[in-house]
Amino acid sequence: MKPTLHFLSDSLAQQIIDEAFHTLCTLGIEIQDNTLLSLLAERGATVKKESSRVIFTEDIINNALKDVPSTFCLYDIHGHQTHDFSHANVHFTPGSSALHITDKEGIKRKPMTADYIQYVKLMTRMDHIASQSTAFVPDDVNEQIADSYRLYLSLMFGSKPVVTGTFSEKSFDIMKSMQIVIRGSEVALAEKPLTIFTCCPNTPFKWTDETITVLTACAKASIPIELVSVPMTGFISPVTLAGTLILHTVENLSGLILSQIVNPGTPVLYGGCASVYDMRHSTMSMGAVESMMLACGSAQIGQTLGLPTQAYIALSDSAHLDAQAGMETGMGAVMAATAGISNISGPGIHDFLNSFSLEKLILDNESCAMALRAAKGIEPKEDFPAIPLFEELLKETHLLISDHTRRHFKKEILFPGPVIDRSNSLTRTASPPTLMERAHSEVRRHLHAYEAPALAEDKRQELMRLMKAEAARHGQEHLPNFSDTE
Amino acid sequence: MNILQKLSEAIQQGDDRLAASATQKAIEQQLQAAEILNNGLIAGMDIIGQRFRDMEIFLPDVLMAARAMHAGMDVLKPLLLQAGVESRGKIILGTVKGDLHDIGKNLVAIMLKGAGFEIFDLGVDVEAGRFIDAAVKEKASIIGLSALLTTTMPAMKEIIDLLKERGLSDQIKIIVGGAPLSQESANTMGANSYAKDAASAVETIKAMMV
Repeated sequence: MKPTLHFLSDSLAQQIIDEAFHTLCTLGIEIQDNTLLSLLAERGATVKKESSRVIFTEDIINNALKDVPSTFCLYDIHGHQTHDFSHANVHFTPGSSALHITDKEGIKRKPMTADYIQYVKLMTRMDHIASQSTAFVPDDVNEQIADSYRLYLSLMFGSKPVVTGTFSEKSFDIMKSMQIVIRGSEVALAEKPLTIFTCCPNTPFKWTDETITVLTACAKASIPIELVSVPMTGFISPVTLAGTLILHTVENLSGLILSQIVNPGTPVLYGGCASVYDMRHSTMSMGAVESMMLACGSAQIGQTLGLPTQAYIALSDSAHLDAQAGMETGMGAVMAATAGISNISGPGIHDFLNSFSLEKLILDNESCAMALRAAKGIEPKEDFPAIPLFEELLKETHLLISDHTRRHFKKEILFPGPVIDRSNSLTRTASPPTLMERAHSEVRRHLHAYEAPALAEDKRQELMRLMKAEAARHGQEHLPNFSDTE
Repeated sequence: MNILQKLSEAIQQGDDRLAASATQKAIEQQLQAAEILNNGLIAGMDIIGQRFRDMEIFLPDVLMAARAMHAGMDVLKPLLLQAGVESRGKIILGTVKGDLHDIGKNLVAIMLKGAGFEIFDLGVDVEAGRFIDAAVKEKASIIGLSALLTTTMPAMKEIIDLLKERGLSDQIKIIVGGAPLSQESANTMGANSYAKDAASAVETIKAMMV
């Protein structure tokens, strides 16, 4: 039996959905896009042009819920399936868009291209994190190409699908072109999605022209979207968790409607980044237990609506790779996995989403493995009747070489990598390696063992041509040299 | 692949039947007992030991290999006795007085046997004098002491002190192991060596025999 973590009763989940419907059909949402306003008006919505506010109808909401796919898959650069978002399958992806990197000495600094390439190389070897994300922003390129440049590096050095995003249509166009280079055509890309674009409404109750542009562009190209409402309790959403979930549901449903109006059938993850606003420290606390409950609760709403889900969880507020970082990330990972969240965004990130750590990514990969193991639950395997095995135990005094042990131990028990301290040798030496030292050693080992994905040379050249042209368009004649990455 | 390589492979695969038949074939090919032991059986166990230390394989794999080693040894033993080939060494093992835990000590015994040592296992809750008497009687050069409890660790020092009192500490070395021990505590009590687990016990004892 797969364990299932629920924070909402079925009746409360339905009550939240009903209240969100009522809010959409009464208070409405501000949408700064005239084309969409016209499309919505044609479908019976009330559009207040002076405020760009749209009052929806239940039919519009229900039709969108009928059109949106109940599941979809992702594929790597070679076209092999990596994700199947059906049946409450769980996948992890690194957190994204950090502005800093925390190095092995625990010092935060601006990341460079070399850091990003190392991250992508590491991601090819993280067995328990299914996709890449455009995790942090290299500071050695023009910020106007930062989004496309991160996707470019991810495709040049990595193979896994990429969770990404941008706020500009031109940037989106180049990012779409890069994906078409990989797949061969726009149709082939729609058949085998390679990326998910994060689309965030402007909480509360608004889609600005910037945020809606990319949602619209994704929908037109059938590129999957993750809708990520970002409420903060007591600040820009009700302080109560149920109240915040109502607001979150309103915003996500509005985004879902827009995507399906532009192109019915656009794949959507019902996502979220709801958080506690800590009123002592004036911080957005993603490590707060209530933020984790909101992540699981919002996913439960998505599941109730019949959608694959996403949430920002399995990350930490801690500034360091310390016990707090491990506790918050591990706790979130297990909660998210047992809540059946389809795509869990968080590993690698810490310091209130501000910083990314390669060493933390290594540790978090193990947390993800443990969470995925926990989510599988306990299943009987040749355990009934028990007496024959117990008789063997009494006779032999141990079961270490029992056929039963040898058949099952590798699948039943998770064996973590060396970053997890289970060996006496680590604790019995005079100065055992610290967690950071063990993690850094693993970073070096994985980078040494990295093998570049076999991307055809003509595709590499075309990606480079696209990226150079995009950089030149923004006044950057030369991109950082890849040979500086080690 | 010659017969000794096949024997080594059988050990590594933990296949006791294949190990026994390969040992028999090696004997039929007129190979020397020492050659079969060193280049077939022990060679296979050495590879297994290294792979275990490198975390490529798991304890059940090592124990299966040790079982295959025993199967080969059973076939080879008459020839070894006839040829006067001695074991790698004689080891006295036991859990110290007041301590009834034996899982770790038994693992060490299995792996040492697998590595070609002759083991005299005195069991659990063993009086200090019995370890020394057994070592003298069997002409063993190493005593391995096991303890799981911090409360029984002092019994290890009693044995080390008794060995000194009897003037035998030059001929008989002491290796200690068990959950509450460390290299530091082994040094403090005056043990010659410390092993953190069964695999390293084999390697440490090999080094002590040199």
